[in-house]
Amino acid sequence: MTRYVQRYRDGERVNHWIVVLLLLCAALSGLALFHPALYFLSGLFGGGPWDRILHPFLGVFTVLAFVGMFARLWRDNVMNDGDRRWLRNARRMLRNDPQGEAQAEAETGRYNGGQKIVFWVFAVCLLVLLLTGIVFWRPWFVDAFSIGLRRLAVVLHALAATVMIVALIAHVYAAIWVKGSVRAMTRGIVTERWARRHHPRWAEQAPRAERPAGTLRR
Amino acid sequence: MSSLQSLDILRRSATTTPSPQARTAAEPQVAKLIDVSSCIGCKACQVACMQWNDLRDDVGTNVGVYDNPRDLTPESWTVMRFSEVEPEPGRLEWLIRKDGCMHCADPGCLKACPAPGAIVQYANGIVDFISEHCIGCGNCVTGCPFDVPRISRKDNKAYKCSLCSDRVGVGLEPACAKACPTGAIRFGTKEAMLDFGAGRVQDLVERGYKNAGVYDPPGVGGTHVVYVLQHADQPELYAGLPADPHISPLVVLWKGIAKPLALAAMVGAALAGFFHYVKVGPNEAEEDDE
Repeated sequence: MTRYVQRYRDGERVNHWIVVLLLLCAALSGLALFHPALYFLSGLFGGGPWDRILHPFLGVFTVLAFVGMFARLWRDNVMNDGDRRWLRNARRMLRNDPQGEAQAEAETGRYNGGQKIVFWVFAVCLLVLLLTGIVFWRPWFVDAFSIGLRRLAVVLHALAATVMIVALIAHVYAAIWVKGSVRAMTRGIVTERWARRHHPRWAEQAPRAERPAGTLRR
Repeated sequence: MSSLQSLDILRRSATTTPSPQARTAAEPQVAKLIDVSSCIGCKACQVACMQWNDLRDDVGTNVGVYDNPRDLTPESWTVMRFSEVEPEPGRLEWLIRKDGCMHCADPGCLKACPAPGAIVQYANGIVDFISEHCIGCGNCVTGCPFDVPRISRKDNKAYKCSLCSDRVGVGLEPACAKACPTGAIRFGTKEAMLDFGAGRVQDLVERGYKNAGVYDPPGVGGTHVVYVLQHADQPELYAGLPADPHISPLVVLWKGIAKPLALAAMVGAALAGFFHYVKVGPNEAEEDDE
Protein backbone atom coordinates (compact mmCIF):
# COMPACT_ATOMS: atom_id res chain seq x y z
CA MET A 1 0.00 0.00 0.00
CA THR A 2 1.22 3.47 -0.86
CA ARG A 3 2.41 5.40 2.15
CA TYR A 4 1.78 9.10 2.37
CA VAL A 5 3.46 11.95 4.16
CA GLN A 6 1.96 15.27 5.10
CA ARG A 7 3.32 18.17 3.01
CA TYR A 8 0.84 20.98 3.66
CA ARG A 9 -1.52 21.44 6.57
CA ASP A 10 -5.07 22.69 6.06
CA GLY A 11 -4.17 26.28 6.95
CA GLU A 12 -1.27 26.35 4.52
CA ARG A 13 -3.40 25.05 1.68
CA VAL A 14 -6.28 27.42 2.32
CA ASN A 15 -3.86 30.32 2.53
CA HIS A 16 -2.20 29.25 -0.75
CA TRP A 17 -5.48 29.03 -2.63
CA ILE A 18 -6.66 32.39 -1.33
CA VAL A 19 -3.46 33.87 -2.75
CA VAL A 20 -4.08 32.04 -6.03
CA LEU A 21 -7.61 33.36 -6.46
CA LEU A 22 -6.72 36.93 -5.51
CA LEU A 23 -3.55 36.95 -7.58
CA LEU A 24 -5.40 35.61 -10.60
CA CYS A 25 -7.96 38.40 -10.34
CA ALA A 26 -5.31 41.04 -9.70
CA ALA A 27 -3.22 39.84 -12.65
CA LEU A 28 -6.14 39.65 -15.09
CA SER A 29 -7.52 43.05 -14.10
CA GLY A 30 -4.02 44.52 -14.37
CA LEU A 31 -3.29 42.94 -17.75
CA ALA A 32 -6.54 44.47 -19.04
CA LEU A 33 -5.04 47.90 -18.42
CA PHE A 34 -1.57 47.00 -19.67
CA HIS A 35 -2.15 45.97 -23.27
CA PRO A 36 -5.02 46.96 -25.57
CA ALA A 37 -5.20 43.36 -26.82
CA LEU A 38 -6.15 42.29 -23.30
CA TYR A 39 -8.61 45.11 -22.56
CA PHE A 40 -11.44 42.60 -23.00
CA LEU A 41 -10.39 41.08 -19.67
CA SER A 42 -11.87 44.15 -18.00
CA GLY A 43 -15.24 42.64 -18.92
CA LEU A 44 -14.62 39.97 -16.26
CA PHE A 45 -14.66 42.70 -13.67
CA GLY A 46 -17.64 44.70 -14.89
CA GLY A 47 -15.99 46.92 -17.50
CA GLY A 48 -13.15 49.44 -17.62
CA PRO A 49 -14.05 51.70 -14.69
CA TRP A 50 -14.78 48.75 -12.38
CA ASP A 51 -11.58 47.08 -13.46
CA ARG A 52 -9.69 50.26 -12.55
CA ILE A 53 -11.51 50.52 -9.20
CA LEU A 54 -11.08 46.85 -8.20
CA HIS A 55 -7.52 46.19 -9.37
CA PRO A 56 -5.68 47.99 -6.54
CA PHE A 57 -7.89 46.40 -3.86
CA LEU A 58 -7.33 42.95 -5.36
CA GLY A 59 -3.61 43.69 -5.35
CA VAL A 60 -3.52 44.79 -1.73
CA PHE A 61 -5.53 41.75 -0.61
CA THR A 62 -3.16 39.51 -2.60
CA VAL A 63 -0.21 41.02 -0.75
CA LEU A 64 -1.94 40.62 2.61
CA ALA A 65 -2.73 36.96 1.85
CA PHE A 66 0.84 36.40 0.69
CA VAL A 67 2.17 37.81 3.96
CA GLY A 68 0.56 34.77 5.59
CA MET A 69 2.35 32.44 3.18
CA PHE A 70 5.59 34.33 3.69
CA ALA A 71 5.41 34.02 7.46
CA ARG A 72 4.78 30.27 7.20
CA LEU A 73 7.38 29.48 4.57
CA TRP A 74 10.27 31.93 4.50
CA ARG A 75 12.47 29.88 6.83
CA ASP A 76 12.20 26.87 4.52
CA ASN A 77 13.20 29.05 1.56
CA VAL A 78 16.58 30.32 2.69
CA MET A 79 19.13 29.42 0.02
CA ASN A 80 21.97 27.02 0.84
CA ASP A 81 24.77 25.16 -0.95
CA GLY A 82 22.50 22.24 -1.81
CA ASP A 83 20.24 24.64 -3.70
CA ARG A 84 23.13 26.00 -5.68
CA ARG A 85 23.96 22.45 -6.68
CA TRP A 86 20.34 21.93 -7.64
CA LEU A 87 20.45 25.00 -9.85
CA ARG A 88 23.67 23.85 -11.54
CA ASN A 89 22.00 20.56 -12.49
CA ALA A 90 18.61 22.07 -13.35
CA ARG A 91 19.26 21.94 -17.07
CA ARG A 92 19.96 18.19 -17.03
CA MET A 93 16.94 17.62 -14.85
CA LEU A 94 14.73 19.44 -17.33
CA ARG A 95 15.75 16.81 -19.89
CA ASN A 96 14.47 14.14 -17.49
CA ASP A 97 18.06 12.90 -17.14
CA PRO A 98 17.90 10.58 -14.08
CA GLN A 99 21.54 11.11 -13.10
CA GLY A 100 21.23 14.86 -13.34
CA GLU A 101 18.15 14.69 -11.18
CA ALA A 102 19.81 12.45 -8.63
CA GLN A 103 22.75 14.83 -8.36
CA ALA A 104 20.52 17.87 -8.17
CA GLU A 105 18.15 16.59 -5.53
CA ALA A 106 20.48 14.65 -3.27
CA GLU A 107 20.59 17.43 -0.70
CA THR A 108 17.18 19.00 -1.30
CA GLY A 109 15.18 19.87 1.78
CA ARG A 110 11.57 21.00 1.91
CA TYR A 111 12.14 23.20 -1.15
CA ASN A 112 14.61 22.98 -4.00
CA GLY A 113 16.59 25.87 -5.50
CA GLY A 114 14.03 26.57 -8.21
CA GLN A 115 11.15 26.67 -5.76
CA LYS A 116 13.11 29.03 -3.54
CA ILE A 117 13.84 31.37 -6.42
CA VAL A 118 10.14 31.44 -7.31
CA PHE A 119 9.30 32.15 -3.67
CA TRP A 120 11.65 35.13 -3.44
CA VAL A 121 10.67 36.44 -6.89
CA PHE A 122 7.05 36.46 -5.70
CA ALA A 123 7.96 38.19 -2.46
CA VAL A 124 10.08 40.90 -4.07
CA CYS A 125 7.72 41.48 -6.99
CA LEU A 126 4.69 41.76 -4.72
CA LEU A 127 6.52 44.29 -2.58
CA VAL A 128 7.47 46.33 -5.65
CA LEU A 129 3.93 46.07 -7.00
CA LEU A 130 2.50 47.27 -3.69
CA LEU A 131 4.86 50.20 -3.27
CA THR A 132 4.67 51.38 -6.87
CA GLY A 133 0.93 50.78 -7.08
CA ILE A 134 0.27 53.10 -4.15
CA VAL A 135 2.05 55.89 -6.05
CA PHE A 136 -0.66 55.98 -8.72
CA TRP A 137 -3.65 54.62 -6.82
CA ARG A 138 -6.44 56.96 -7.78
CA PRO A 139 -8.09 58.76 -6.15
CA TRP A 140 -6.54 57.91 -2.80
CA PHE A 141 -2.79 58.42 -2.76
CA VAL A 142 -1.83 59.66 -6.20
CA ASP A 143 -1.90 63.36 -5.34
CA ALA A 144 0.85 62.90 -2.77
CA PHE A 145 3.38 61.99 -5.47
CA SER A 146 4.95 64.01 -8.26
CA ILE A 147 4.13 63.18 -11.87
CA GLY A 148 7.81 62.27 -12.43
CA LEU A 149 7.64 59.68 -9.66
CA ARG A 150 4.38 58.30 -11.06
CA ARG A 151 6.05 57.77 -14.44
CA LEU A 152 8.80 55.74 -12.79
CA ALA A 153 6.25 53.83 -10.71
CA VAL A 154 4.13 52.72 -13.66
CA VAL A 155 7.18 51.32 -15.45
CA LEU A 156 8.42 49.44 -12.37
CA HIS A 157 4.88 48.18 -11.72
CA ALA A 158 4.65 46.75 -15.22
CA LEU A 159 8.13 45.24 -14.97
CA ALA A 160 7.46 43.58 -11.61
CA ALA A 161 4.11 42.26 -12.86
CA THR A 162 5.73 40.74 -15.94
CA VAL A 163 8.50 39.06 -13.97
CA MET A 164 5.97 37.73 -11.50
CA ILE A 165 3.61 36.36 -14.13
CA VAL A 166 6.49 34.56 -15.86
CA ALA A 167 7.53 33.10 -12.47
CA LEU A 168 3.90 32.14 -11.88
CA ILE A 169 3.78 30.24 -15.16
CA ALA A 170 7.00 28.44 -14.20
CA HIS A 171 5.51 27.60 -10.80
CA VAL A 172 2.31 26.18 -12.29
CA TYR A 173 4.18 24.26 -14.96
CA ALA A 174 6.59 22.72 -12.46
CA ALA A 175 3.61 21.40 -10.49
CA ILE A 176 2.12 19.89 -13.64
CA TRP A 177 5.44 18.49 -14.88
CA VAL A 178 6.54 16.82 -11.64
CA LYS A 179 3.82 14.24 -11.16
CA GLY A 180 2.50 13.84 -7.66
CA SER A 181 3.04 17.49 -6.75
CA VAL A 182 -0.44 18.91 -7.22
CA ARG A 183 -1.87 16.58 -4.57
CA ALA A 184 0.35 18.31 -2.03
CA MET A 185 -1.63 21.49 -2.44
CA THR A 186 -5.06 19.94 -3.01
CA ARG A 187 -5.14 17.20 -0.38
CA GLY A 188 -2.06 18.10 1.60
CA ILE A 189 -0.21 14.82 1.01
CA VAL A 190 2.49 13.35 -1.18
CA THR A 191 3.68 9.79 -1.47
CA GLU A 192 6.66 8.85 0.62
CA ARG A 193 8.36 7.85 -2.65
CA TRP A 194 7.81 11.34 -4.09
CA ALA A 195 9.20 12.92 -0.94
CA ARG A 196 12.33 10.70 -0.89
CA ARG A 197 13.01 11.32 -4.54
CA HIS A 198 12.46 15.06 -4.78
CA HIS A 199 13.04 16.27 -1.24
CA PRO A 200 15.19 13.62 0.48
CA ARG A 201 16.42 15.83 3.34
CA TRP A 202 12.87 16.86 4.11
CA ALA A 203 11.57 13.28 3.74
CA GLU A 204 13.76 12.17 6.65
CA GLN A 205 11.64 14.19 9.05
CA ALA A 206 8.40 14.63 7.13
CA PRO A 207 5.34 13.88 9.25
CA ARG A 208 3.22 10.85 8.32
CA ALA A 209 -0.03 11.88 6.71
CA GLU A 210 -2.64 12.26 9.43
CA ARG A 211 -5.78 12.28 7.43
CA PRO A 212 -5.56 13.35 3.81
CA ALA A 213 -8.32 15.72 2.79
CA GLY A 214 -11.01 13.67 1.06
CA THR A 215 -10.81 10.57 3.25
CA LEU A 216 -13.43 9.72 5.84
CA ARG A 217 -12.73 10.46 9.45
CA ARG A 218 -12.72 7.25 11.44
CA MET B 1 -17.08 65.69 -25.88
CA SER B 2 -18.68 63.15 -28.07
CA SER B 3 -16.82 62.32 -31.21
CA LEU B 4 -17.18 63.69 -34.68
CA GLN B 5 -17.93 61.39 -37.60
CA SER B 6 -15.59 58.46 -37.19
CA LEU B 7 -14.04 59.02 -40.62
CA ASP B 8 -12.37 62.10 -39.19
CA ILE B 9 -10.45 60.22 -36.51
CA LEU B 10 -6.72 60.00 -37.03
CA ARG B 11 -5.75 58.16 -33.86
CA ARG B 12 -7.58 56.45 -31.05
CA SER B 13 -6.21 55.48 -27.63
CA ALA B 14 -5.46 51.81 -26.85
CA THR B 15 -6.19 50.80 -30.43
CA THR B 16 -3.70 48.81 -32.47
CA THR B 17 -5.51 48.68 -35.80
CA PRO B 18 -5.70 51.57 -38.30
CA SER B 19 -8.37 54.24 -38.13
CA PRO B 20 -10.83 54.59 -41.03
CA GLN B 21 -8.89 55.77 -44.04
CA ALA B 22 -11.47 55.90 -46.84
CA ARG B 23 -11.40 59.68 -46.83
CA THR B 24 -8.16 60.51 -48.56
CA ALA B 25 -8.45 64.30 -49.00
CA ALA B 26 -6.09 65.90 -46.50
CA GLU B 27 -8.07 67.57 -43.74
CA PRO B 28 -6.76 71.07 -43.02
CA GLN B 29 -4.77 71.19 -39.82
CA VAL B 30 -6.26 73.71 -37.42
CA ALA B 31 -4.53 75.71 -34.73
CA LYS B 32 -5.26 78.28 -32.10
CA LEU B 33 -2.74 81.08 -31.80
CA ILE B 34 -2.39 82.80 -28.43
CA ASP B 35 -0.47 86.04 -28.74
CA VAL B 36 0.77 86.58 -25.20
CA SER B 37 2.03 90.04 -26.14
CA SER B 38 -1.47 91.34 -26.83
CA CYS B 39 -3.28 89.59 -23.96
CA ILE B 40 -4.63 91.98 -21.33
CA GLY B 41 -5.62 89.27 -18.83
CA CYS B 42 -9.36 90.07 -18.88
CA LYS B 43 -10.32 86.38 -18.62
CA ALA B 44 -13.13 86.73 -21.16
CA CYS B 45 -11.76 83.47 -22.63
CA GLN B 46 -12.25 81.71 -19.29
CA VAL B 47 -15.82 82.95 -19.12
CA ALA B 48 -16.54 82.01 -22.72
CA CYS B 49 -15.10 78.55 -22.09
CA MET B 50 -17.30 77.88 -19.08
CA GLN B 51 -20.32 79.33 -20.85
CA TRP B 52 -20.00 77.37 -24.08
CA ASN B 53 -19.09 74.12 -22.33
CA ASP B 54 -21.67 74.62 -19.55
CA LEU B 55 -19.09 74.33 -16.81
CA ARG B 56 -19.41 75.99 -13.41
CA ASP B 57 -16.39 75.54 -11.18
CA ASP B 58 -16.65 76.07 -7.44
CA VAL B 59 -16.02 79.65 -6.38
CA GLY B 60 -12.49 79.69 -5.00
CA THR B 61 -10.72 82.01 -2.60
CA ASN B 62 -8.48 84.95 -3.37
CA VAL B 63 -4.91 84.16 -2.41
CA GLY B 64 -3.45 87.51 -3.36
CA VAL B 65 -2.66 86.84 -7.01
CA TYR B 66 -4.63 87.39 -10.17
CA ASP B 67 -4.77 83.70 -11.05
CA ASN B 68 -8.38 82.66 -10.58
CA PRO B 69 -9.04 79.80 -10.42
CA ARG B 70 -5.52 79.07 -9.26
CA ASP B 71 -5.11 76.01 -11.46
CA LEU B 72 -6.79 74.01 -14.18
CA THR B 73 -9.60 71.86 -12.79
CA PRO B 74 -12.11 69.39 -14.25
CA GLU B 75 -14.49 72.35 -14.60
CA SER B 76 -11.94 75.01 -15.62
CA TRP B 77 -10.34 73.96 -18.88
CA THR B 78 -8.38 77.16 -19.36
CA VAL B 79 -6.83 79.58 -16.87
CA MET B 80 -4.78 82.73 -17.22
CA ARG B 81 -1.45 82.42 -15.48
CA PHE B 82 0.09 85.72 -14.35
CA SER B 83 3.85 85.94 -13.92
CA GLU B 84 5.80 88.94 -12.67
CA VAL B 85 9.28 88.52 -14.08
CA GLU B 86 12.45 90.48 -14.74
CA PRO B 87 13.86 89.13 -18.00
CA GLU B 88 16.57 91.77 -17.64
CA PRO B 89 17.52 93.36 -14.31
CA GLY B 90 15.38 96.36 -13.48
CA ARG B 91 12.84 95.68 -16.21
CA LEU B 92 9.67 94.30 -14.69
CA GLU B 93 7.22 92.54 -16.99
CA TRP B 94 3.82 91.11 -16.34
CA LEU B 95 3.39 88.07 -18.54
CA ILE B 96 -0.04 86.57 -18.90
CA ARG B 97 -0.31 83.14 -20.45
CA LYS B 98 -3.59 81.43 -21.20
CA ASP B 99 -2.94 77.83 -20.11
CA GLY B 100 -4.83 74.76 -21.28
CA CYS B 101 -4.42 71.76 -23.53
CA MET B 102 -1.78 72.29 -26.22
CA HIS B 103 -3.29 69.66 -28.57
CA CYS B 104 0.07 68.03 -29.34
CA ALA B 105 0.57 66.39 -32.70
CA ASP B 106 2.12 63.52 -30.70
CA PRO B 107 -0.17 63.45 -27.66
CA GLY B 108 1.28 61.85 -24.52
CA CYS B 109 -2.19 61.49 -22.99
CA LEU B 110 -3.41 59.42 -25.92
CA LYS B 111 -0.30 57.28 -25.86
CA ALA B 112 -0.69 56.53 -22.15
CA CYS B 113 -4.47 55.91 -22.13
CA PRO B 114 -5.44 52.22 -21.64
CA ALA B 115 -9.13 52.60 -22.53
CA PRO B 116 -9.90 52.08 -26.23
CA GLY B 117 -11.31 55.27 -27.73
CA ALA B 118 -11.28 57.33 -24.54
CA ILE B 119 -8.88 59.77 -26.21
CA VAL B 120 -8.97 60.51 -29.92
CA GLN B 121 -7.05 62.74 -32.25
CA TYR B 122 -9.14 64.11 -35.08
CA ALA B 123 -7.75 64.50 -38.56
CA ASN B 124 -7.72 68.27 -38.04
CA GLY B 125 -5.32 67.81 -35.14
CA ILE B 126 -7.63 68.35 -32.18
CA VAL B 127 -7.06 65.93 -29.28
CA ASP B 128 -10.31 65.14 -27.52
CA PHE B 129 -11.37 63.17 -24.44
CA ILE B 130 -14.41 60.96 -25.06
CA SER B 131 -15.55 61.01 -21.47
CA GLU B 132 -17.99 58.13 -21.60
CA HIS B 133 -15.10 55.78 -22.43
CA CYS B 134 -12.84 57.18 -19.72
CA ILE B 135 -12.14 54.75 -16.88
CA GLY B 136 -10.56 57.31 -14.56
CA CYS B 137 -7.11 55.75 -14.24
CA GLY B 138 -5.19 59.01 -14.63
CA ASN B 139 -2.69 57.67 -17.15
CA CYS B 140 -3.32 60.76 -19.29
CA VAL B 141 -1.92 62.87 -16.46
CA THR B 142 1.15 60.64 -16.38
CA GLY B 143 1.57 60.93 -20.14
CA CYS B 144 1.00 64.67 -20.60
CA PRO B 145 4.20 66.77 -20.87
CA PHE B 146 2.24 69.93 -19.93
CA ASP B 147 0.34 68.72 -16.83
CA VAL B 148 -3.02 69.57 -18.33
CA PRO B 149 -5.60 66.78 -17.76
CA ARG B 150 -7.54 66.91 -14.51
CA ILE B 151 -9.50 64.00 -13.01
CA SER B 152 -12.82 64.88 -11.43
CA ARG B 153 -13.44 63.88 -7.82
CA LYS B 154 -17.15 63.71 -8.63
CA ASP B 155 -17.15 61.20 -11.47
CA ASN B 156 -13.51 60.05 -11.83
CA LYS B 157 -13.37 61.18 -15.45
CA ALA B 158 -10.55 63.12 -17.07
CA TYR B 159 -11.26 66.59 -18.47
CA LYS B 160 -9.41 69.19 -20.49
CA CYS B 161 -9.87 71.74 -23.26
CA SER B 162 -11.54 70.20 -26.31
CA LEU B 163 -10.51 73.13 -28.52
CA CYS B 164 -14.30 73.37 -28.86
CA SER B 165 -14.22 70.40 -31.24
CA ASP B 166 -18.02 70.60 -31.40
CA ARG B 167 -17.83 74.19 -32.65
CA VAL B 168 -14.90 73.58 -34.97
CA GLY B 169 -16.71 70.56 -36.42
CA VAL B 170 -19.45 72.86 -37.72
CA GLY B 171 -17.18 75.63 -38.94
CA LEU B 172 -17.10 77.86 -35.85
CA GLU B 173 -14.05 79.08 -33.99
CA PRO B 174 -13.46 78.05 -30.35
CA ALA B 175 -15.42 80.02 -27.77
CA CYS B 176 -12.29 81.60 -26.25
CA ALA B 177 -11.15 82.93 -29.64
CA LYS B 178 -14.64 84.26 -30.31
CA ALA B 179 -14.70 86.13 -27.00
CA CYS B 180 -11.18 87.60 -26.94
CA PRO B 181 -11.55 91.41 -27.11
CA THR B 182 -7.98 92.17 -28.22
CA GLY B 183 -7.56 89.53 -30.88
CA ALA B 184 -4.89 87.83 -28.81
CA ILE B 185 -6.59 84.47 -29.47
CA ARG B 186 -6.97 83.56 -33.09
CA PHE B 187 -8.10 80.42 -34.82
CA GLY B 188 -7.57 79.06 -38.32
CA THR B 189 -5.46 76.63 -40.24
CA LYS B 190 -2.15 75.92 -38.61
CA GLU B 191 -0.38 77.36 -41.63
CA ALA B 192 -2.33 80.62 -41.41
CA MET B 193 -1.67 80.84 -37.67
CA LEU B 194 2.05 80.32 -38.11
CA ASP B 195 2.06 82.99 -40.84
CA PHE B 196 0.21 85.40 -38.59
CA GLY B 197 2.52 84.52 -35.71
CA ALA B 198 5.57 85.24 -37.84
CA GLY B 199 4.18 88.71 -38.55
CA ARG B 200 3.62 89.34 -34.85
CA VAL B 201 7.13 88.15 -34.09
CA GLN B 202 8.51 90.60 -36.62
CA ASP B 203 6.55 93.45 -34.96
CA LEU B 204 7.87 92.44 -31.56
CA VAL B 205 11.45 92.24 -32.78
CA GLU B 206 11.11 95.72 -34.24
CA ARG B 207 9.79 96.92 -30.86
CA GLY B 208 12.91 95.61 -29.14
CA TYR B 209 11.92 92.07 -28.14
CA LYS B 210 14.84 90.54 -29.98
CA ASN B 211 14.06 87.02 -28.73
CA ALA B 212 10.39 87.05 -29.68
CA GLY B 213 9.19 83.89 -31.35
CA VAL B 214 6.42 81.36 -31.92
CA TYR B 215 6.16 78.49 -29.46
CA ASP B 216 5.35 75.34 -31.46
CA PRO B 217 7.52 72.76 -29.66
CA PRO B 218 8.94 70.12 -32.03
CA GLY B 219 9.49 67.64 -29.15
CA VAL B 220 5.79 66.76 -29.26
CA GLY B 221 5.57 67.03 -33.06
CA GLY B 222 4.34 70.62 -32.83
CA THR B 223 1.12 71.70 -31.16
CA HIS B 224 -2.28 72.83 -32.34
CA VAL B 225 -2.20 75.61 -29.78
CA VAL B 226 0.75 77.90 -30.44
CA TYR B 227 1.94 80.92 -28.51
CA VAL B 228 3.58 84.12 -29.62
CA LEU B 229 6.08 84.85 -26.85
CA GLN B 230 8.08 88.02 -26.28
CA HIS B 231 10.85 85.88 -24.80
CA ALA B 232 10.72 82.68 -26.82
CA ASP B 233 14.25 81.87 -25.64
CA GLN B 234 12.94 81.57 -22.06
CA PRO B 235 9.50 79.95 -22.17
CA GLU B 236 9.86 79.05 -18.47
CA LEU B 237 9.23 82.72 -17.66
CA TYR B 238 5.61 82.14 -18.65
CA ALA B 239 4.49 80.27 -15.51
CA GLY B 240 6.81 77.38 -16.22
CA LEU B 241 6.00 76.68 -19.85
CA PRO B 242 8.44 73.84 -20.66
CA ALA B 243 11.34 74.82 -22.95
CA ASP B 244 11.57 71.44 -24.65
CA PRO B 245 8.48 69.38 -23.91
CA HIS B 246 8.42 65.77 -25.01
CA ILE B 247 6.73 62.58 -23.88
CA SER B 248 8.78 61.20 -20.97
CA PRO B 249 11.12 58.35 -22.02
CA LEU B 250 9.58 56.29 -19.20
CA VAL B 251 6.13 56.68 -20.76
CA VAL B 252 7.56 55.86 -24.20
CA LEU B 253 9.12 52.70 -22.76
CA TRP B 254 6.00 51.72 -20.81
CA LYS B 255 3.60 52.27 -23.70
CA GLY B 256 6.01 51.27 -26.44
CA ILE B 257 8.38 48.33 -26.49
CA ALA B 258 7.43 47.12 -22.98
CA LYS B 259 3.96 46.02 -24.10
CA PRO B 260 4.93 43.52 -26.84
CA LEU B 261 8.01 42.37 -24.90
CA ALA B 262 6.07 41.64 -21.72
CA LEU B 263 3.33 39.87 -23.62
CA ALA B 264 5.90 37.83 -25.55
CA ALA B 265 7.60 36.84 -22.29
CA MET B 266 4.34 35.61 -20.78
CA VAL B 267 3.12 33.77 -23.86
CA GLY B 268 6.64 32.45 -24.43
CA ALA B 269 6.82 31.03 -20.91
CA ALA B 270 3.50 29.27 -21.31
CA LEU B 271 4.45 27.84 -24.73
CA ALA B 272 7.86 26.75 -23.45
CA GLY B 273 6.15 24.78 -20.69
CA PHE B 274 3.66 23.24 -23.07
CA PHE B 275 6.26 22.08 -25.58
CA HIS B 276 8.60 20.92 -22.86
CA TYR B 277 5.85 18.59 -21.68
CA VAL B 278 5.16 17.45 -25.24
CA LYS B 279 8.83 16.69 -25.96
CA VAL B 280 10.34 15.62 -22.64
CA GLY B 281 7.22 14.38 -20.94
CA PRO B 282 6.32 14.35 -17.28
CA ASN B 283 8.66 13.69 -14.39
CA GLU B 284 7.16 10.58 -12.84
CA ALA B 285 8.19 9.75 -9.30
CA GLU B 286 5.65 7.00 -8.78
CA GLU B 287 5.63 4.27 -11.37
CA ASP B 288 9.21 3.94 -12.50
CA ASP B 289 10.37 3.12 -8.97
CA GLU B 290 7.50 0.83 -8.22
